[in-house]
Amino acid sequence: MESKISFVEGRAVAVAGDDVDTDRIMPARYLRCVTFADIGQYTFQDERFDAQGKPKAHPFNDPAFQGASILVVNKNFGCGSSREHAPQGILRWGIQAIIGESFAEIFAGNCTSIGLPVVTASEADVRGLQTAVLSKSAGVVRLDLEGKKVTYGGTSFAVDMRESSRSMFLDGTWDSSATLLSALPAVKKRALDLPYMAWGGR
Amino acid sequence: MAKTLFDKVWDLHAVRELPSGQTQLFIGLHLIHEVTSPQAFQMIREKKLGVAFPQRTFATVDHIVPTENQARPFADDLAEEMMVALENNCREFGVTFFDFASKQQGVVHVVGPEQGLTQPGLTVACGDSHTSTHGAFGAIAFGVGTTQIRDILATQTMALSRPKVRRILVKGTLQKGVYAKDVILAVIRRLGVKGGIGYAYEFAGDTIERMSMEERLTVCNMAIEGGARVGYINPDKTTVDYLRGRPYAPTGEAFEKATAWWLSMASDKDAVFADEFVLDANTLEPQVAWGINPGQAVDVTENLPKPESVPAEERVGLEEAYAFTSFQPGAPVKNVAINVAFIGSCTNGRLSDLREAAKVVKGRRVARGVKALVVPGSQIVQRAAEAEGLDELFRAAGFEWRNAGCSMCLAMNPDKLKDREVCASSSNRNFIGRQGCPTGRTLLMSPAMVAAAAIQGHVTDVRELFTSI
Repeated sequence: MESKISFVEGRAVAVAGDDVDTDRIMPARYLRCVTFADIGQYTFQDERFDAQGKPKAHPFNDPAFQGASILVVNKNFGCGSSREHAPQGILRWGIQAIIGESFAEIFAGNCTSIGLPVVTASEADVRGLQTAVLSKSAGVVRLDLEGKKVTYGGTSFAVDMRESSRSMFLDGTWDSSATLLSALPAVKKRALDLPYMAWGGR
Repeated sequence: MAKTLFDKVWDLHAVRELPSGQTQLFIGLHLIHEVTSPQAFQMIREKKLGVAFPQRTFATVDHIVPTENQARPFADDLAEEMMVALENNCREFGVTFFDFASKQQGVVHVVGPEQGLTQPGLTVACGDSHTSTHGAFGAIAFGVGTTQIRDILATQTMALSRPKVRRILVKGTLQKGVYAKDVILAVIRRLGVKGGIGYAYEFAGDTIERMSMEERLTVCNMAIEGGARVGYINPDKTTVDYLRGRPYAPTGEAFEKATAWWLSMASDKDAVFADEFVLDANTLEPQVAWGINPGQAVDVTENLPKPESVPAEERVGLEEAYAFTSFQPGAPVKNVAINVAFIGSCTNGRLSDLREAAKVVKGRRVARGVKALVVPGSQIVQRAAEAEGLDELFRAAGFEWRNAGCSMCLAMNPDKLKDREVCASSSNRNFIGRQGCPTGRTLLMSPAMVAAAAIQGHVTDVRELFTSI
């Protein structure tokens, strides 16, 4: 499995605005499912289509941005509900990394745990990239997790991310399952130290 | 060294530091519901893993439940499929399920506390952002995603980075008509919806100390709306009194032992916080969050802000809010007419919330053309309210009295706004499309304020109704 992620390269799509919440990314009615398999198509559904199902002007509808693998956003992206359906939808739509000014915490954690790097950069750098993407002059964008920088056209800027997430992407351990399971004996031992484990009730 | 409650709980539950620098944290209480858990159970099945501590996970069903006709199978096939999946998963893995038949079903953040499952000193996780609610007991409670639910099922642990702790001091006496909901809306309004990113919020001060458990639950519930994943309040006598006699609370001598330990988990007097914010409760007015995020709020006595009068960094968000709501900048918020009134949710669907709303409703009628509904937070809340006659009181006034669930807070069930309806809501989010219709609009306020709006047909200062009684 290609679990190591040291860079993401591809065309970018920009969704502008602060505080884009997970209800906007994945409306609640699409949470009525027991698998994430088909959820990619509903990403930004109500921003992309009106009540009659007619497409609205939205970057995810723009033919020029189909096949994009990097999403560029502004501040506090992914705020609100903890629904993993939101990053799962973005991932399954085809996005492999998100560059933004800042991210809501649960959303960022969910992204990391499904192998979708989120990195932050300064307002000026993010907006510069968004402008280039919107004017379709950005070309191929490369996010380098090793060097913590973004390069497109003749431009390059530094990005930041939680060091823990970065190291998990670089060494391919972002899927925490195996790491956590390997300590199961220590977990059981710790449980014995917790006073409330013995109190029961009912 | 002096420690905060957060430090004490975190350190006690830390299994080890991971190579990434995150902590592998033991989760003392794991709560699940039908929306975010089925994929997690599927993942552990595919990986051939078991549930490590099935006795530390508890389930209920809340988001998709119809609040009118609850006969099975549900009218919505997708809802029925999710319900069946949860039933099967709980049966297969030995997880206790508070289902309809248990008569203890309800919104997961109402059920945990009323069962006595949520206790001081615990780490709590649930696949729902409003898990911060449980912090009201002095627990450290995290909203998590589905992949983390998988991890908790398989190991009872999750990988987490340690946040900083900010103390929010609320001082003074709330005026009549001003509630816990107004306190937390005011905190979010002052610190912003992104202000809490990277922080746990400790709510303290004499105002918080005088609050009942149910009021404290309302405050911690919305920490996440201020960007803080965790919100908590130090345990005290109020906490202990609430827990005594609850089904899952310890009994007899164990309760006394537990009490001593619970109280010992409170932040030390000289604990150091990353920073501090003070809110004056004396001058606080009833709040109305009118925009497209819970931070876009005004006092009920104020006018809606004009974009040119706010700092540049708030202007774009304000313009977006007006573009969506079509409300009039500069107009009194009290002029905003409503079509729907919703009382319920994990924020304000508890017995004391219904009682406060009932005081306003008593002897009055819902305004013509307003659809008003009360959705109790749990079957237990519903029965307690019915025993007091609140159901009849609300019905007599023209409210619909429903069964327990999340209902119109996020509208995954049939309770949805239509078209351009405006809803006065006691819930927690006024996001675009939140109440089930992409063009519907939401005004967040206390349950008493929702009741007042329902009676008058527009946003109303509930205090005006008190004086006219």
